[in-house]
Amino acid sequence: MGTIELVATRYRPEQDVQPWEQRYTVPCSEDMSLLDALNYIKDELDPSLSHRWSCRMAICGSCGVMVNGEPKLSCKTFLRDYREAGVVQVRALDNLPVERDLVADISGVVEHIEAVKPWLIRHSTAPVDTAHTQTPEQMARYHAFSQCINCALCYAACPQFGRNPAFLGPAALTLAQRYNLDSRDEGSSERMPWLNAEEGVWSCTFVGYCSEVCPKDVDPASAINRGKVASDINYGVNLFRLLRGKSDA
Amino acid sequence: MRRSHEPISWSLFGAGGMLLAFIGPGLIVSTLLLAWLVQDPQALHATLSSGLQHPLARLAALAVIALPLYHTAHRLYHGLHDLHITGPTWLLGGFFYGGATALSALCALWLFSL
Repeated sequence: MGTIELVATRYRPEQDVQPWEQRYTVPCSEDMSLLDALNYIKDELDPSLSHRWSCRMAICGSCGVMVNGEPKLSCKTFLRDYREAGVVQVRALDNLPVERDLVADISGVVEHIEAVKPWLIRHSTAPVDTAHTQTPEQMARYHAFSQCINCALCYAACPQFGRNPAFLGPAALTLAQRYNLDSRDEGSSERMPWLNAEEGVWSCTFVGYCSEVCPKDVDPASAINRGKVASDINYGVNLFRLLRGKSDA
Repeated sequence: MRRSHEPISWSLFGAGGMLLAFIGPGLIVSTLLLAWLVQDPQALHATLSSGLQHPLARLAALAVIALPLYHTAHRLYHGLHDLHITGPTWLLGGFFYGGATALSALCALWLFSL
């Protein structure tokens, strides 16, 4: 087993005026993930290093960090892939405030996700003994978008969110689309104002980096651009409403 | 939340992109390569010209020119934003979308005076 250099960007708000870098030498084996390395540092070298993690299997979405400038889940990133580079640079996710060391504050992202009401909204009440059945085709329409684990890697990748944090961003818009496409849902009229807004789908310029970094292959760029089609149709329908003297929807 | 009016420019952008993707290659073949390859280019030109006498053909030709112009303007406008080249919206929007409109109007004038 060899070793590899790991450079972590440290920031302790109570002590540090600005972020600084600390270099660690960690073991590097074939099966060692970056999360294993961070835990090694925490347990064996420096208990003061803060990083966030939980499941170790790309399900919880809490261990997102920038690895050599790319947003990645540390549990899904392996040291063996950085042997050639010789050094692994780790810092907190871009475009988000840093809470401490490698921990980004994703509360703004969570607020954006909550805003689009990412749950099934029903206006009609079905009989209790009947399930809301769905065909495989109906499920296929939204299934890929439902794989989002809210890890916020797409927000660290999105240049538009970096420039304007009011932009709802990839995950929130993908989840809005996920529920709007669900045959069991009746709440699209409550979500469309968010999609239609300047800070909704229309702030996206289809850079597409969100889809490249997504660890669950959700393809937010596709979801947002399908959201643009929905918003476009909504705009046209609303225009007809206005022309017929009805109120702005 | 304020409703964005981006759907107007995005619709023109989308229509232009679709047109280019579907019939762009065919147009290049018919207007450039065929004229170069055929035995009698003047006869081909005459055929295309007589086709353009019908108002619907002129409208179609206008759509094929104007929509890709809006497509280009939209992409350049947002491309500048991505490259962090900023300026007043009225100036940049006026230049790109206004430019596409002016060129489309010129093209319409020319097509309908043939």
